[in-house]
Amino acid sequence: MQKIFFITLLFASIFTTQAQETISGKILDDQNLPLPGASLYWLNTSIGTSTTEEGVFELPYSPENTQLVISFLGFTTDTITVNSPRYINHTMKPSGANNLKEVKVTKTRKSLQRSYVKTANVSNMGSKELLKAACCNLAESFETNPSIDVNFSDALTGTRQIKMLGLTSPYLVISEENIPAVRGASQAYGLSFIPGTWVESIQITKGAGPVVNGYESISGQINYELIKPVNDIPLFVNAYGSTGGRLELNTHFNKKVSDKWSSSLFLHGNTRVAENDMNDDGFLDNPLAKQVNIMNRWQYTDAEKGWVGFINARYMRDEKQTGEIDFNPDTDKLTTNYWGSEIDTDKLDLSTKLGYVFPDMPYQSVGLQTSYNWHKQDSYFGLNQYEIDQKSFYSNLIFSSIISNTLNKFSTGINFTYDKYDEYVNTNDVGRTDNSVGAFFEYTYDNTDNFSIATGGRLDVHNRLGAFFTPRMHMRYNPWDKAVIRASAGRGKRAANIFAENQALFGSSRQFNVVNGGGKVYGLDPEIAWNYGVSFAQCFTLFDKKVEFGVDFYRTDFQNQAVVDVYASPQEVQIYNLDGKSFANSLQVELNYEITHHFNIRTAYKYYDIQTEYASGMKERPLQAKHRFFTNVGYETHIVDGGRQWKFDVTYNWLGKQRLPYTASNPEQYRQPDYSPSFSLINAQITRTFSSVFEVYVGGENIGNYRQDKAIIGADDPFGSYFDTSIVYAPVFGQMYYAGLRFKIK
Amino acid sequence: MKRLILVMLVMLVGVTVQAQEKKKKKNAKLEIGVNGNCGMCKKRIEKAAFSVKGVKYAAWHEDHQDLHLILDENKCSVEDVRKAIAETGHDTDKVKAEDVAYDGLHECCKYKRE
Repeated sequence: MQKIFFITLLFASIFTTQAQETISGKILDDQNLPLPGASLYWLNTSIGTSTTEEGVFELPYSPENTQLVISFLGFTTDTITVNSPRYINHTMKPSGANNLKEVKVTKTRKSLQRSYVKTANVSNMGSKELLKAACCNLAESFETNPSIDVNFSDALTGTRQIKMLGLTSPYLVISEENIPAVRGASQAYGLSFIPGTWVESIQITKGAGPVVNGYESISGQINYELIKPVNDIPLFVNAYGSTGGRLELNTHFNKKVSDKWSSSLFLHGNTRVAENDMNDDGFLDNPLAKQVNIMNRWQYTDAEKGWVGFINARYMRDEKQTGEIDFNPDTDKLTTNYWGSEIDTDKLDLSTKLGYVFPDMPYQSVGLQTSYNWHKQDSYFGLNQYEIDQKSFYSNLIFSSIISNTLNKFSTGINFTYDKYDEYVNTNDVGRTDNSVGAFFEYTYDNTDNFSIATGGRLDVHNRLGAFFTPRMHMRYNPWDKAVIRASAGRGKRAANIFAENQALFGSSRQFNVVNGGGKVYGLDPEIAWNYGVSFAQCFTLFDKKVEFGVDFYRTDFQNQAVVDVYASPQEVQIYNLDGKSFANSLQVELNYEITHHFNIRTAYKYYDIQTEYASGMKERPLQAKHRFFTNVGYETHIVDGGRQWKFDVTYNWLGKQRLPYTASNPEQYRQPDYSPSFSLINAQITRTFSSVFEVYVGGENIGNYRQDKAIIGADDPFGSYFDTSIVYAPVFGQMYYAGLRFKIK
Repeated sequence: MKRLILVMLVMLVGVTVQAQEKKKKKNAKLEIGVNGNCGMCKKRIEKAAFSVKGVKYAAWHEDHQDLHLILDENKCSVEDVRKAIAETGHDTDKVKAEDVAYDGLHECCKYKRE
């Protein structure tokens, strides 16, 4: 046995010795990639070889040859000493003379992009732009965007209301990944139910929207895209705290379950615990609030077969308490002890999207979107009670393809909408059920050069709005280099949810007086408006730096409107069908300049002329500044080792005087002037990025500390007949500072 | 028996291949080499491709010097596309442009000819 073992060992060693007669190895370049075709030879011999495709080689070895020469064009020739046969791993260095130096050309992508090739006037806000206003939800994301005006809806909830072309958000279609989202019951607070960190990008379309998303859009469309599980990072944490006692926490988790499925879980919580009364009127400046918001998203992608799908499930609960500081809901609810208000909202959203792109025809696709939403708001404002429960179902089937070639594209499809509203104003049942079926067709011609046109229409049958046709048109022309002219026109029609949209007026002693015009929506006729717009943009260089100049003009003409009249009496709000003219003209002039690399300035001047024929005559729309000026300055340092960077951002807004609701018949101490004073606001933020993993930010809002004096009329007698919290034209809460951090694992 | 199966199989394959050759595809995906330089070239090349009836999709890539096409083989052939492009002054992998056409190109579009 021992002998056999010994013999085997002997054989083995002989074999090994024989094997050692050659050496082998691998030659790599400076990028650690195999270098094929490099030549190797023993110095002063003719024994040589060259590397294979994989960069490996094998060469006979004998003890007398010790110097191995390795050479390759463009690399420094190396001579290495080989004293024993071994595996050689050698990395070549590029030689200075022959090697072309790599030139890096980088261009910083703008966070707010205006397209020169898209047919519609769309601007895209990327995630970088969204970080400029670090707080906190979608309603607050537009502070750095000149196209959208952010206003304050009331002195109670501090809710921000957005306007485009001078019209409030109900006249906009707000969609989540092209499914109409903030509508109906969620009109008032819906934007604040979408945490900012969930949003990947926002597309803002000015003027008539596309017909694919419905007939409701009048002044434009805001579409937001949520973070896609496929692109998401495994962990994201964002914490935020502000001097107003507001705390927010966002946590995202992501998992790639398989090569086709990935999933993200988004958790959001916010709360305001501090009681603030900066203006000493006995009322809270901001509501005490609590919100829990959870979303789980699944994405399915099969690029080879052309399938993509999303499944979203989301639940939210939001609680707000506001009113007098001493108000205690347990004992004072719906009593006259103290004036107080509570707004509790539950929201459940389920949606799916399925898309199929034909593998041999990348220009042809089919998409199906379905969503179910439940929105329930229980609330009271002093002695006014308001309850709304909306259940909605939406589905849209879209087919897109070409006519003969990709210069001629079309989209067509059908959609179905169902909304059931259980709505109570005090104890009056004003509920209703709406449903509609519609078919649309949109044709786009693009000569791939300087002209494109998108024109379309849809036909809908609605149980309250009747059967109607909605035409829309957009066109674009590039007359010369880096210039674009656009024009659009379109019609919109909608049922105004007069109570949900104007619920800020519940926080007053005003009586709602809805004048029955025999219509089918709260006794009113549907709102119909035409919108026309033209715009021009030119990009040029001045002193070697890029300048963008843009001007646009839009006009909205109402054929019918649910007119909200606060000019008749301070004790009443009248809502009636438009009888006469109502229009909104909006002019915006924008100039953006890159002062130096990484140092950008955006400026905009906006002029609004918005008038409506009220019962008392033609008047300006209340709480709307005729002139606005906006500027935003952003500076960021170069990114140095591992992602360290500073970012600075300052936004300045000036608002001209605003027409205020009529209060002249009140006793003197309960009056407001006809016009508000003009004022300005400054916001600023500094972000410090330490690495790609961690960053912190601090910022301030309303740094100039401008406050509306007498935000609440009749605060001393909230159950009297002069009480009104709805006349708010400026911030109620003064300056506010915040700090936050972001932590990412990639 | 085994041989018979084999023969039949070979014949079947032969038939299939033939059938594939004969049948004209409605959405034939092709890539052809086209030389050019810039964005202006891209517009010109694609415009020329679209001028051929039956071309559904055309995208030229500067970095690869190639044109991705989807076309209906019942209505046109790749050859037609090559000719149409060559007429505008751009060399393709098979059909070269005439010197007159090339000389007529804009200064920045004068790609290096082989």
